[in-house]
Amino acid sequence: MSEPRWIGQDVPRVDGVEKVTGAARYTADLKFPRMLHAHVVRSPHAHARVLDVRVEKALRVPGVRATATGREFPFHTGIYLKDQTIFATDRVRYWGDAVAAVAAETPEAAAEAAALVEVEYEPLPAIFEVDEGLQPGAPLVHPDLGHYECVPWVSPRAGTNVCNHVKVRKGDYEGALAACAHVFEHTFQVPQVQHVPLESHVAVARADLAGKVEVFTSAQSPFTVRHLLCACFSLPHGDVRVTVPAVGGGFGGKAGIGIEPVVVALAMKTRGRWVRLWIERAEEFYATVVRQGLTATLVSGVDRHGKVQAQKLHFLWNCGAYGGYGVNVVRAAGYTCGGAYEFPHVWGDSIGVYTNRPAGSAYRGFGMSEIHWALEQQMEMVAREMGIDPVEFRLRNCLGPGKSTVTGQVLDEHSGRVDRCITRVAEMLDLRPDRPRTPFHGAGMACAVKAPAMPNDASSSVVLKLAEDGVLEVLISGIDYGQGLKTVAAQFAAEAMDLPMESIRVRGNPDTDLSPYDWQTVASRQTWATGNAVLRAAEQLKTQLFAMAAQALGVPVSELECHNGSVVHPPSGRSLPITRLAMGYQFPDGHTIGGPVAAAASFVPEGLIFLDPETGQSPKPVAKWTFGAQALEVVVDPETGQYRVEKVAACYDVGKVVNPGMIHGQTYGGVMQGLGTGMMEELIVEKPSGRVANASLMDYKIPSTEDLPPEILVDYVETPQTDGPLGARGIGEHTMIPTAAALSNAIFDACGVRILEMPITAEKVLAGLKKQGSLGRCPGKTAASGSSAGDWGPGSGPDPGSGVRGPGSDLLPRSDVAGGEK
Amino acid sequence: MNQTISLRVNGLPETHEVPANQTLLQFLRETLDLTGAKEGCNEGECGACLVLLDGRAVNACLTLAVEADGREVTTIEGLGHAGDLHPLQAAFLKHAAVQCGFCTPGMIIAALGLLRDNPDPSEEDVRWAMSGNLCRCTGYRQIIDAVQEAAAAMRGDPAPEAAP
Repeated sequence: MSEPRWIGQDVPRVDGVEKVTGAARYTADLKFPRMLHAHVVRSPHAHARVLDVRVEKALRVPGVRATATGREFPFHTGIYLKDQTIFATDRVRYWGDAVAAVAAETPEAAAEAAALVEVEYEPLPAIFEVDEGLQPGAPLVHPDLGHYECVPWVSPRAGTNVCNHVKVRKGDYEGALAACAHVFEHTFQVPQVQHVPLESHVAVARADLAGKVEVFTSAQSPFTVRHLLCACFSLPHGDVRVTVPAVGGGFGGKAGIGIEPVVVALAMKTRGRWVRLWIERAEEFYATVVRQGLTATLVSGVDRHGKVQAQKLHFLWNCGAYGGYGVNVVRAAGYTCGGAYEFPHVWGDSIGVYTNRPAGSAYRGFGMSEIHWALEQQMEMVAREMGIDPVEFRLRNCLGPGKSTVTGQVLDEHSGRVDRCITRVAEMLDLRPDRPRTPFHGAGMACAVKAPAMPNDASSSVVLKLAEDGVLEVLISGIDYGQGLKTVAAQFAAEAMDLPMESIRVRGNPDTDLSPYDWQTVASRQTWATGNAVLRAAEQLKTQLFAMAAQALGVPVSELECHNGSVVHPPSGRSLPITRLAMGYQFPDGHTIGGPVAAAASFVPEGLIFLDPETGQSPKPVAKWTFGAQALEVVVDPETGQYRVEKVAACYDVGKVVNPGMIHGQTYGGVMQGLGTGMMEELIVEKPSGRVANASLMDYKIPSTEDLPPEILVDYVETPQTDGPLGARGIGEHTMIPTAAALSNAIFDACGVRILEMPITAEKVLAGLKKQGSLGRCPGKTAASGSSAGDWGPGSGPDPGSGVRGPGSDLLPRSDVAGGEK
Repeated sequence: MNQTISLRVNGLPETHEVPANQTLLQFLRETLDLTGAKEGCNEGECGACLVLLDGRAVNACLTLAVEADGREVTTIEGLGHAGDLHPLQAAFLKHAAVQCGFCTPGMIIAALGLLRDNPDPSEEDVRWAMSGNLCRCTGYRQIIDAVQEAAAAMRGDPAPEAAP
């Protein structure tokens, strides 16, 4: 293809006018005649047996039309591991777990009736932290774990709280570690956080008298919702129709299946009536899903030349009460455990642990922000302890062409270049080791890598068809929830067909009865997967147009091209506008050939191989990698511990920039979401009640305009992805992956305080400054360093919050540091 | 208990009987089907429900419908439409300041409220005026740029060449 006409251009968002005028209809805006309103009865216990659920009083409230309970709908749901029922059957597993639901004529009547549902509980001991969950004799969150339906690439351990365990064994870790001159070990913590989409979860459903179930939902994955609803209620796919109107943000929280089974259950009891379930903001915080917590223990063995030879990564994921989706975060963290680095000898364990907390699930980054919080601080700490410039240390150890990942995949020249991203952000913020320094000003860096974490056969398909006026209609089922997919799909279609943008109409907002199949809008996969499908469908469309035009013009097909809305024959200069071909071509005598022009095509990644279950090795575990790096400048106030982010630099190897304005938007947005988690966000779960104490936007702050750093510098490397559309690869999630770790590294550089537990609050920085003994600068010393932790047994070690190790538990981390640095 | 209110919404007169405890947001969304103002938190923390009440931006979720009696309400639907966008709407598009779009109506109304009082705001002024409007998608940079460019356009300053 010659120089692209549309790819790389600032094409305005094709759904922009409807969004700036208020015309866009979100699920939250839908209304239907005589629509009923639902309210969910939620558990007031973190863990309890459910002995009885009585709805008689609720049903007597005027306006109440139906209740639904686990006794009536004892059906399992979940995407990878079906460990959840729609409503509690025998037990509740977190504060907020759904027990029953009510549908009524008004939201007020539904709420009043829900409060009158009588539930008899027998409280059970609850666990909140991963180490509690791994103790022998720990209360089991899922005693039936061995009986749940599960995909083959997830390994729940029956009789324990472990919902998945991924092992990565590369090279000879123990042998290599023994030969290393320097060994470093640290433990890092990441709390549960919430997605906070501005539109909370909402769904409207009706089951009609003919048996058809229709659902409108604010979701990322209409076909997966349909498929899982069918599995849950044992319905044929033809009887379930899922439509996704405009979506007000998702960030992973609306991936897979969510509240839809609750509202469908109610709809089945009120046949013919639409039922609306809208999750209010407080419930959104604890009763939908959250990002999983992480306790990560890393051991690095480094040779005299500053090359990491042996790397251990031990991840304990706090999956909360359900792991239906989170088990795949655990898996992704396993095969990506080495981050953007080449480690010759690796011992990785990624272990998902159930607790009685809100349920973990997908969240922008899919585990990568969390593991990078650990790994990118570890690399920085190792570099500094070794006296090596952290930028130089990263370049010495990072992945690149010819180097092998933790699963043994050897990267090639098309895999993306983290080294170029590192170098670029170092230039953008001038991170030369001899740069001039100001007290309490500092800068830090972190790298990022992520692959699409999805089943090997996750696919996208599209339909292209011409309308009577020659406009090309592009039917997609990926969701544009802000990332710009509709615009990107339009750009690829316009590029392939050489059409002006006004000749393209993207039909998103998919309807599973009418739209082409798409697995899910997750994994930063849509530009790449849908983009490829659009290009393939365009080739088929051209074949149809050229066949007609060749007859019409009396020229060979091979000499035809598309040009600016026409099929042209360059040798003769003759052409036919596409409008003359859209519905078939009519000759002057009236006979007609062809017909309404339409084509369908799909894309599925090729050659993906499952991980070996014992070693985690695979030559191609995932479709692609996107690499990047960020650096931040901060200023710390030594009196208060407060700090300001002055400047951010971000650079990613995206293969090809498709739309500069929108990719900048992804980057700014990701940086700010990364700063939110890095600086202020944490779901606070009270013990022993399990109540979420900060379930409001008043108490759980997300960044506002006041938190935006004065300067965010953005750049991109373009190493084309071999199977990417015009070389493009995914970027949406990657933009927040390194931010929190880079922030922590910058704060250490500014004031010598090392924060191992996210988020970095002013209180923690101030405590670190005080612990240094003076408020002076103390570079090179970590406030909570465990690099000479000694025998790391119960109650001691680098991180007092993380470490109780019970006898007999083989999944808690075992220290490899004998006497610190050797 | 119901009460009759008469007000102007986007320039048109409206008279309705409303429950005394109904919020302005419920009235606009449910009675008038003006769904541009969004229900993000229902407690005045997110700004997605902002409307102008006599030219001042207010959280419609914290305002009772009866408080709007005899007053003038402007919602996002009262600004522009395809082919005739308000300068703020055009600037949001040009600067890619819209992603999921759920906060966008509130953002534009907040900016409009600011520009009525302060036609030439500094970046700090914009940040402060819009700090009650949460956006989880954009990171705010392009929104601030859009507001400043729209402010210039509304003042009649020559437009800069291109968005960043």
